[in-house]
Parts: sequence; structure tokens; C-alpha cells
Amino acid sequence: MTACALAVLAVLILIVYELISRSGLSWHAFGFKFFASSEWDPVSEKFGALPFIYGTLVSSLVALVIAVPLSVGVAVFTTEMCPKAFRGSLSFFVELLAAIPSVIYGLWAMFVLVPLLSTKVEPFLGKTLGWTGIFTGAPYGIGMLAAGIILAIMIIPIISSITREVLLVVPQQQREGVLALGATRWEMIRVGVLRNARAGILGGIILGLGRALGETMAVTMVIGNRPEIAKSLFAPGYTMASVLANEFSEATGDTYLSALVEIGLALFLVTIVVNALARLLVWSVTRGQPAKGTA
Amino acid sequence: MHASAQTVSPISLRRRVTDHAMTGVAILTVLLVLAPLVAIFGYLMYRGIGSINWAFLTQTPKPVGEAGGGMANAIVGSIFILGIASLIGVPFGVGAGIYLAEFGRNRFGSAIRFTADVLNGVPSIVIGIVGWSILVRGHGFSALAGGVALSIMMVPTISRTTEEMLLLVPTAMREAAYGLGIPRWRTTLSITLRTATSGVITGIMLAFARIAGETAPLLFTAFGNTFWNWKATQPTAALPLQIYVYANSPYDDWHRQAWAGSFVLIVLIVTAVAAVRYAVRRGSFGAA
Repeated sequence: MTACALAVLAVLILIVYELISRSGLSWHAFGFKFFASSEWDPVSEKFGALPFIYGTLVSSLVALVIAVPLSVGVAVFTTEMCPKAFRGSLSFFVELLAAIPSVIYGLWAMFVLVPLLSTKVEPFLGKTLGWTGIFTGAPYGIGMLAAGIILAIMIIPIISSITREVLLVVPQQQREGVLALGATRWEMIRVGVLRNARAGILGGIILGLGRALGETMAVTMVIGNRPEIAKSLFAPGYTMASVLANEFSEATGDTYLSALVEIGLALFLVTIVVNALARLLVWSVTRGQPAKGTA
Repeated sequence: MHASAQTVSPISLRRRVTDHAMTGVAILTVLLVLAPLVAIFGYLMYRGIGSINWAFLTQTPKPVGEAGGGMANAIVGSIFILGIASLIGVPFGVGAGIYLAEFGRNRFGSAIRFTADVLNGVPSIVIGIVGWSILVRGHGFSALAGGVALSIMMVPTISRTTEEMLLLVPTAMREAAYGLGIPRWRTTLSITLRTATSGVITGIMLAFARIAGETAPLLFTAFGNTFWNWKATQPTAALPLQIYVYANSPYDDWHRQAWAGSFVLIVLIVTAVAAVRYAVRRGSFGAA
């Protein structure tokens, strides 16, 4: 048993060791400039990861903007408003979203979401919100917006299940107390429930962010895979995970491989920090009871 | 002071409207979340069932651009790789879970628990790179490398659920066993683990369902193959990989097969989970 427990530790150490040792070449060649340069030219062996970092951050941010209100809304509805009889089945259906493999999300997005975006949603957004500068350009469908939307659908079950859990640990007396003061149900939810659960909800959101940052297949299939930094969400982009998926097995030359591993290392470190932060926040609310449904 | 019934002022219109409006917003969010679920499953049924035929289930892929053929080798390959992953991941996961529940109430236990959580958050593509770095470099792509990469993803889920389920077993049962003079290891295996079996298996199935659809860790480990392969040391086809390749191709017939493959993948995941659940429920294991 102890050996199995040690194996868990050993695997993590092995991951860190392999990533660090294999990315050494690129680290020595480019240093910190690796993360500031946006030149990605395998032919002349010049590597900068900025477009990928930008794409990862922006697509995850778009996902959060869409997913957070929806997930919190669903969690509030399930715990505070829904008739008791439907609670179980509603949360089951929402969590069913988490069971769909990433590649199937990608397939669906390619053949259903992207055409919908390019014929209906993007022309509409361009006309009404084009002045903001983030909804401009040709409505290809494929691009940052499509990636953000599919990521949002994928992280909704994570955020909403954690939110539901922290809402459930808010003591019942808290609700009754606020109601007794004459609050309406919404005021009770806002003052008595959501305010108390803030830290935990934030934890759920960050956990969702962690998932979005590392998500690979679905994003790779719809983001357009072009290492450019564009202001418009309609434009194609590239993420750290998708450049690995696309180029790793075809990379020739040690520096090229090493640069890709360094992107993997950066992705690894970012997700670790994000996840640790999220766990701490959720733990602070549920007091160490293990968070379920985070897998 | 005398008790004069103070008239309660009615709740203002603005507050009542806000209350109803927010209920409406909450219902709207539920509909917006369920919409993609229905759309995805609906499309999967609609495109998937219509695309499955005998050739799809029994033949290997045809050369590029040629219509027909199937994913038989990918379906079997997936089961092969998942089998390898489970053979490695399940014992380690359950073992680590037992350690955490029975012996892990200390600093080292907390460290392992935290490590498992961290491991759970590692992006699957990074696991793929590490799998490549350890097992593929210098040896070539193989089903074994794919299985090992996936097993790394199974362990955290299994160990955490195993721990939770074992902790649900009442201490009185352990004490009863100690009272009969049964050694600790025997108590853990025959009493505690036995009692929590159905819960532990549910955890294993959760982990299985999670890795069954994983594509990213297989890209540089199992790699894919258009032919049959029965050797663990050779590149092997897997259903998610094949779906990915076909979805990105420019051919309509391959798109059709990608949908069919997705449908088979979902059915595979659902039946595996349902079958084990049924078997566990039929068995005489209680608790959890």
C-alpha cells in the first residue's frame, strides 16, 4: 500500500523531471525571451511562445465569461429553487456534459457549432458589437470565439458542481434567518447564500479555468491553428496545448522538440498553480471535505 | 407597552419584480446549459446511428480518399489500450486509496493526497509528452506507452474515491475484526475493502469513463495504425485517435465514419459503466 502511495509521488516527480530535462536545450537557447517573442519559425529554429500563451489565455477567458454566469445560475436553481424531486436528475444531466469525450465535443463543434457561428452568430455580432473591435473581420466560424464557446460548454459541469456543493454547505439557518428578516427569495440567495459561498464559488471557477487552459482536442479542432495575435475573436488563433497536439509528433530537430516540451512545462506549471489555488479556496469553504465531481 | 399589531408593509413592487426576474434568469441558464447537451446527444444519435454499418464494425480503414472500410481495428485497439491502462492503473489506484484511508492520517498521507489532486489537474497532453519521453523515445510508438499514459490519469481518481469509500466503512467493523484477532492487513482486505467494494468499483468506472475518450495522451504514444495490431510494442489504433484524424480529413465518407466512431465510443463508455454497476448491484456486496 505504501508502495502504491509512493508511486503517486514518484510519477509526479518523474513528470517534472522529464519536462525540465527535455526542455533544457530550448531554455538555454532562448531564456525568458521564449515567452516574450512571437516568432515561431521551425525552419530557422527561432521559437517564441507568446502567440500560444495569448491564445490559451484568451480562449479560456472567453470560456469563463460564458460559463461562469451559466454555471452559477444552474447551481443556484438546483439548490435553491428547483422542486426537490427534480434536483437529482437535473444535476445528473448537467454532469453528463462532463462524460462526453473532448474529441466528440470537437467533432460536434466542427460540424454544428462552427457553421452556426459563421452563418448566424458572427455576422450578427459583427453588425451589433463590431464597434468594440473584438467582433470584427470575416466570419469564418473557426477561431477564438468557437474555441471559447466549446470550452465553456466543457467547463460548465465542473464549475456548477463545485458551486452546488459549496451552496449546500451554507447552513440552513442562514437562509431562514435572512427570510425571517423579510427578504424575498432572491434577496435571501444573494445576501444569505451567495455571499457566504463566495470563496468556494471562486474556487470552482478557478478549477474550471485550470481545465480550460489544458484542454486540447476540442480546441485544436476549431481554433484555426495559426500562431498570430489578433484582437478580434473571429480571427484564428493557437493555444499551447494545440501546438503540442499538432506539431509534437512531427517535430524534427532537437531544438524544435525542446521548445515544444518547454511549452508543455509552462502549461504544466500554470495548471498546477491554478489548481492548487482552487483547491485551497474550495477547502476553505467545505472544510476539508473532499470535493466531488472534480475529475 | 401594549401589543398593537403593527401592519407589515408589503414588499415593494421593485423587490418583487427583481425576485421573479432572477428566478426567470436562473431557469434561462438551465435551459441554456441543457441545450448543448441535447444538441450534442441528438446529433450523435442522428449522424451516428445512420452511419454505422457492418463494414464499419468489421473492416479496417481504406486507403486515403477511398470510400468504405471501417474502424474495427480501432475499436479493438482501444479496448486493448484501455485494458493495459486498467491493469496498471487499478491496482496502484486502489492501493494508494487503501493507504490513504487506513494508514494515511498523517503528514505523508496529506502530501500524497495533495499530489494526487495535482496529478488530476495535469493537462492530458502533458501526460502524453511524458509518456513519449519515457517510453517512446528510442523504442517507437506502442500500445504499451499509450496504456501507461492513460493509467497515470486513472490513479488520482481511483485513489481518491477508494479512500472516500473506505472511510465510510464504520470503525466498529474494523474493531470487531481486531477483536477476533485478525491481523490488520487481513482486516483491511477482507473486511474494509470487501464492504466498500461497490463504491470502489464505481470509482474505477468513473476513471475508466474518463480515460476511454482521451485522445491527447495517445497522440504521441499509441500513435494510431490503419492495420490490425496485436503486439503491445507496436503502434496501435484507438477509437478517439481515429475520430480525430477522420474529422480533420476533407472527405465526406470519413466524416460519416467519425460520427459513427463517436457513437460507438459513447456506447462503449456507457455500457462498460452500466454493466459493472449492474454486476455490482447484483452481487452481495453491501454498503456505499
